[in-house]
Amino acid sequence: MTAATVIELEGVTKRFGDVTAVEDVSLALMEGEFFALLGPSGCGKTTLLRVLAGFEHPDEGRVRLDGNDITDVRASRRPVNLMFQSYALFPHMTVRGNISYGLEMEKLGRQEIDRRVAEVMDMAELGELSGRKPDQLSGGQRQRVALARALVKRPRVLLLDEPLGALDKKLREQMQLELKRLQHEVGITFIIVTHDQEEALVMADRVALMRDGRIEQLGAPEALYENPASRFVAGFIGVTNFFEGHVAPGGVKLNGHGLLKGAVPDGIETGATAAVAVRPERLALSAEAPGGANAVKGEIAEIAYHGRDLQVHVTAEGVERRVMVRISAADENARNFRTGQPVWCTWNPEHGRILTG
Amino acid sequence: MASARPGVSVLNVHLRLVYVFLYAPILVLMVLSLNKGGMPTAWTGVSFKWYVRLAESPEIISAAVNTLIVAVVSTVIATILGTLLALGVERRRASSGLDALLFAPMIIPDIVLAIALLSLFTLLEVTLGLHSIILSHVVFNIAFVCAVVRTRLKHFDHSVIEASADLGAGEFTTFRRVTLPMIFPGVLAGALLAFTLSVDEFIIAFFTAGAGSSSTTLPMRIYSMIRFGVTPEINAMATIVMFVSFTLVFLSQRVNKGAITGE
Repeated sequence: MTAATVIELEGVTKRFGDVTAVEDVSLALMEGEFFALLGPSGCGKTTLLRVLAGFEHPDEGRVRLDGNDITDVRASRRPVNLMFQSYALFPHMTVRGNISYGLEMEKLGRQEIDRRVAEVMDMAELGELSGRKPDQLSGGQRQRVALARALVKRPRVLLLDEPLGALDKKLREQMQLELKRLQHEVGITFIIVTHDQEEALVMADRVALMRDGRIEQLGAPEALYENPASRFVAGFIGVTNFFEGHVAPGGVKLNGHGLLKGAVPDGIETGATAAVAVRPERLALSAEAPGGANAVKGEIAEIAYHGRDLQVHVTAEGVERRVMVRISAADENARNFRTGQPVWCTWNPEHGRILTG
Repeated sequence: MASARPGVSVLNVHLRLVYVFLYAPILVLMVLSLNKGGMPTAWTGVSFKWYVRLAESPEIISAAVNTLIVAVVSTVIATILGTLLALGVERRRASSGLDALLFAPMIIPDIVLAIALLSLFTLLEVTLGLHSIILSHVVFNIAFVCAVVRTRLKHFDHSVIEASADLGAGEFTTFRRVTLPMIFPGVLAGALLAFTLSVDEFIIAFFTAGAGSSSTTLPMRIYSMIRFGVTPEINAMATIVMFVSFTLVFLSQRVNKGAITGE
């Protein structure tokens, strides 16, 4: 796949007074991809989105669309549309009026407008609601109107600011797949801002995890999950156990537990503080001391039944937080574990990542 | 519930007494304006002749026309300026000091404002007339319009303005097609209130009208007539003014109802 770059950020920095919201961010987004800007609140993801939309002018750096510099182009002149977190529907206009507004601004002919509005209303299943006002719609319907209003403009890039934030959990999960399907259908580049890591993993082709105005890691969802570049990434995406110790040749030395084997990444010196990060589903429990694999001895503090799997919490000496082990409920051994029982948490060294920071 | 009954009935009686207290004088005025004989002491039958006589008086008509001119022009100016002021202030997240300054013309006693305006006009050597009354009414009406429009803006989601820009609209188009329609009930309510205040206003108009009857407004005419005693014509005129004011205030509250609930 040799997709062309649609929009490109180069060294973008944005400050608000003393606060640097976005710091030296460079990004290239591909034609037709579903991209997620993920991060905790205040990480700069929304500011970055607003720079792309044209509502914030970067203090440094350039924004390019199809190779043309659009840094100084106003929002109203950019072929980029934003779906607002609050949806920002015009309350005094009907659903149809909201959707046709953007086309009227392009001074298109009546027939052309009617045709495109009908087309997009059909796609968003809004046909019967065309005469309603926004306050007569449910949250999910409003979300679809907001989406239709942006899509009818056929932007080069569609920006979505926490598009599912206002919906309840069930509708949100349904809309995640719906948005992904829609994006495939229209083939427009989608950039979504979210603080929900699950949402980003489910929907996006690529995810940029942001922290303090910078991109901490950029890659496919699997890459972020399986190969986190830092402790922050490992902690933000999914659940991770951290075994903290000091780097020794061939692994990390954990107080009271000996050497935990693993590949020490380049650039980490022996003796430095580091942690071995292991996902709960990569850990196994064993009643007897295992040979070969990494093992940390502890005691079962709690067993939580989650239907499909069991979450076993283990307290281990020298490990600050309880170790979480996820084992399948279908596993025969699962039933044999009891609270208070001494166990070994074991894992294959290649499933642990040695991380600093 | 049953034990609360005696208390409720006492309150009901109290409520009725309050209404009687408030509206009895107005009722007397209205009744007397319909009194055929014109004497406040003796009822001689229903007649509209005092209303007819009002309409036949050139002085009254010219005062009414003056009042309308002042009210319409000052309302239009104050509504435009007050609305723009409200938009600007809300956008800037004003300090409380600036807020207080905006409210000042509403709270300053009319007599103080009247003297201040007269002094200013004299200092600037402005000739007095209808135009100076209009300017003076604009001063306090801006504050009222601004206050009413601001209550509307409190519930305003400013992202719709960005949404409009995002969809390709320029600033003027956004104002005309999004901002103004959304705040329009507030603007209209402010305008109606300003109009009412201007129609009723006496002290400031009296001070800033200058000499001569060419710039006499209705309240000023009533005042000059009353020096020779309360005549039935005055009752009739007061009744009309009251009905006009009442209707406008009622309309103003109705159109702006949505501002409270944010609809």
